[in-house]
Amino acid sequence: MSNQGVDPGRRRFLTLTTSVVGGAGVVAAAWPFLASLKPSERAKALGAPVAIDISTAEAGQKITVAWRGKPVWVIKRTPEMLASLDKVTPSLLDPDSEARQQPDYIKGAARAIKPEVAVMIGSCTHLGCSPTFRPDHPAPDIDPNWQGGFYCPCHGSKFDLSGRVFKGVPAPLNLVIPPYHFASDTLVIVGEDPKGAA
Amino acid sequence: MMPTKSILKNSLKALLATAALVAGPALASTHALPYSFTPDTGNLASVQRGARNYMSYCSGCHSMRHLRYSRMAQDLQIPEDLLKANLMFTSDKVGDHILSAMPSDAAKNWFGQPPPDLTLEARYRGADWVYSYLLSFYVDSSRPLGTNNLVLPNASMPNVLWELQGLQVEKTAAHEGEAAHHEGSPFEAVTQGKLSAEEYQKWVADTANFMAYAAEPGRAQRVSTGFKVLLFLFVFTILAYLMKREWWRDVH
Amino acid sequence: MAIVPNPHKTTGFLGWIDDRFPLTKLWKDHLSEYYAPKNFNFWYYFGSLALLVLVNQLLTGIWLVMHYKPDAAQAWDSVEYIMRDVPWGNVLRYLHSTGASAFFIVVYLHMFRGLIYGSHRKPRELIWIFGCLIFLALMAEAFCGYVLPWGNMSFWGAQVIINLFGTIPFIGPDLVIWIQGDFIPADATLNRLFSFHVIALPFVLVGLVVAHLIALHEVGSNNPEGIDIKKHKDPVTHIPLDGIPFHPYYTVKDVVGVGVFLMIFLGIVFFAPDGGGYFLEKPNFTPANPLATPEHITPAWYFGAFYAMLRATPSFAGTQIWGVIVMGAAVVILFFLPWLDRSPVKSIRYKGPIFKLWVGAFVISFVLLNYYGMQPPSPTGTLISQLCTVVYFLFFLLMPIYTKREKTKPVPERVPHDAH
Repeated sequence: MSNQGVDPGRRRFLTLTTSVVGGAGVVAAAWPFLASLKPSERAKALGAPVAIDISTAEAGQKITVAWRGKPVWVIKRTPEMLASLDKVTPSLLDPDSEARQQPDYIKGAARAIKPEVAVMIGSCTHLGCSPTFRPDHPAPDIDPNWQGGFYCPCHGSKFDLSGRVFKGVPAPLNLVIPPYHFASDTLVIVGEDPKGAA
Repeated sequence: MMPTKSILKNSLKALLATAALVAGPALASTHALPYSFTPDTGNLASVQRGARNYMSYCSGCHSMRHLRYSRMAQDLQIPEDLLKANLMFTSDKVGDHILSAMPSDAAKNWFGQPPPDLTLEARYRGADWVYSYLLSFYVDSSRPLGTNNLVLPNASMPNVLWELQGLQVEKTAAHEGEAAHHEGSPFEAVTQGKLSAEEYQKWVADTANFMAYAAEPGRAQRVSTGFKVLLFLFVFTILAYLMKREWWRDVH
Repeated sequence: MAIVPNPHKTTGFLGWIDDRFPLTKLWKDHLSEYYAPKNFNFWYYFGSLALLVLVNQLLTGIWLVMHYKPDAAQAWDSVEYIMRDVPWGNVLRYLHSTGASAFFIVVYLHMFRGLIYGSHRKPRELIWIFGCLIFLALMAEAFCGYVLPWGNMSFWGAQVIINLFGTIPFIGPDLVIWIQGDFIPADATLNRLFSFHVIALPFVLVGLVVAHLIALHEVGSNNPEGIDIKKHKDPVTHIPLDGIPFHPYYTVKDVVGVGVFLMIFLGIVFFAPDGGGYFLEKPNFTPANPLATPEHITPAWYFGAFYAMLRATPSFAGTQIWGVIVMGAAVVILFFLPWLDRSPVKSIRYKGPIFKLWVGAFVISFVLLNYYGMQPPSPTGTLISQLCTVVYFLFFLLMPIYTKREKTKPVPERVPHDAH
């Protein structure tokens, strides 16, 4: 072995170029592996929008359906329930829903397209337990000033009837509101934005 | 040195020759088919027509339980409203698989066996087989349903396409020798169907193309990825070769 | 206690590691200061390519297990789920199924290299034996994997292969039921083959590959001339005069081999993953049906030769076990190759024409056996298979005689200048 005929600059250049191109190839080869971990077509089909018929639901009643495997609540709120929303405002962490826990078209204390129909994902924003519906009040076992809402049995987080979280509980955020719209007055489609609101 | 190298070369040649020898018969089917056909799943219009044919004439009895309506619509560029209006008869959820409406137990009573699932038929038997099968129903009074099939003798499937094709009989033995060699078709038409012979062949080709698509919906994506991958590897290998040559300059 | 400074005089983070773990030592021993003969030719690509295919099989295998269901009722559907619903699932599966065939092609060529250049000869007998064990484990691994899609060919392939054990006198029938865990290949069978395929055999394979490489790096690589390069070392550096460091010389060379190999391999994966019906067989595109055998049962192509020997061996004395014995012996005999070859030289380059003729006859027999193993049984096929089986065994059994007797050419002391 001798060094005659060796061009170190060319060696370095070709090694670098081949390494960069080869490295890009390895990164590209990783793509199918990583992409295969995304939800499959089956998961997407199972996560397709669900239609909920609320014509038979009584006022004050909660319906639970599964969407993408999670419980989705539809609550037909009574005028009294809607009135309770303003009474608890001072004790709430994010009364105006400033954190992005809802689609842009969901606003105000009612957090709903139609105030009398609340739709939300029944999964606590703390660690994912499903809170209990407690419309009854007073309920001294939960809170001396309880006006009705949701109480998480796992770690004691409290939410009002719009899913807004109370101050001083483990949950940091309001309950999530999924995209939904009304196909008719009594048919709620969960998982799909209203037409024109993307 | 020479004899060694030539022996190595010869053994390589032998290997290659055997590979060719082995690959030959694999491509040919065990039974000779009356018609030859090469599917073209890249012909979108044909595959779309095939999907319509399949949904109208086949899906009543045969499921495609591995193919989703949504996947088909996406791959064949069929808008959702057209899909729902014209192609979906058994479900209203686009994410569902294409299932036939026929209860399997009843089907077993009617035909002796439930109609097979056809998702992979074109890979299992070959698209050329599907093509030949759909062209090879003929009148045979000895069968309970009055028809038989040349490609799948004693098939329990009735000839549901007779209105399109018309009825045909096997050419008699006297003509067979010349017919087999000169004309290609082993059949003679008895009645005229809604479609001319040529139109019907096109109809069957569309359907076979759709079934070839359904058997492997990922084909188009893998082929297009393949071109990019090979192009990349070509560039990479040239670079690697130049790098190797440069490094090996000091090995004598 | 003070740490003894590492002998490589590395400092910083690397030094910290080298004081505690032989990282630099491993790098030097196996790559940058592993001296390989400078005259490796085309045939020497297949070792590193086998490693590449192994990595491909492990990675794609791990990913496939994330989606596959080892359950007789769900396995078939889960494979179609991978092919259709999992993003890029079809590519992952084709990489794995084509990888199985590529593994055998690469390994067969690698073994042939060892055979013609005498890479199994003293002191490399253990490398060869580890290699043969890898081949054996690979066959078991491939068989288990072949069954997993639970298509009709999977089912009947399992049926035929497991029933080979049924030919053993007295205990055979009970043994088959014990292996299956049922009266036919069924859910229990699928589950145990899955366990072997994804856990037990990969462990064994990787372990054997490590042993194969450790043994190789202990004694050093052979070369197409069959010359021992350690005989002539630089008096000062003790580096073999005909040796070059594996890294960078052979790493850059193998990268070229990888590029060419991947073009062929990925060309098949993306454009012809069925391999003309040999890599993915048509009858396996329909689910397992214990009531209907496919018209034409063949093993996977890489078992063709052994299957042909099985079929070519007639049954006598009221048992079919002879075919199974012949088939097993065809593999077992490979282990004895280092002691069957009695030639004073290693490489075919310095052996006489008789050895070359035998190698030629062996290659042709093996290829013909593979071919007829995949054809439907026919009288001609059986006759040719029988003839080729005899040639296959005579090649090994007569080797001590014809290699010892034949005159050989003198082997040069050093690698000739034009030899690479």
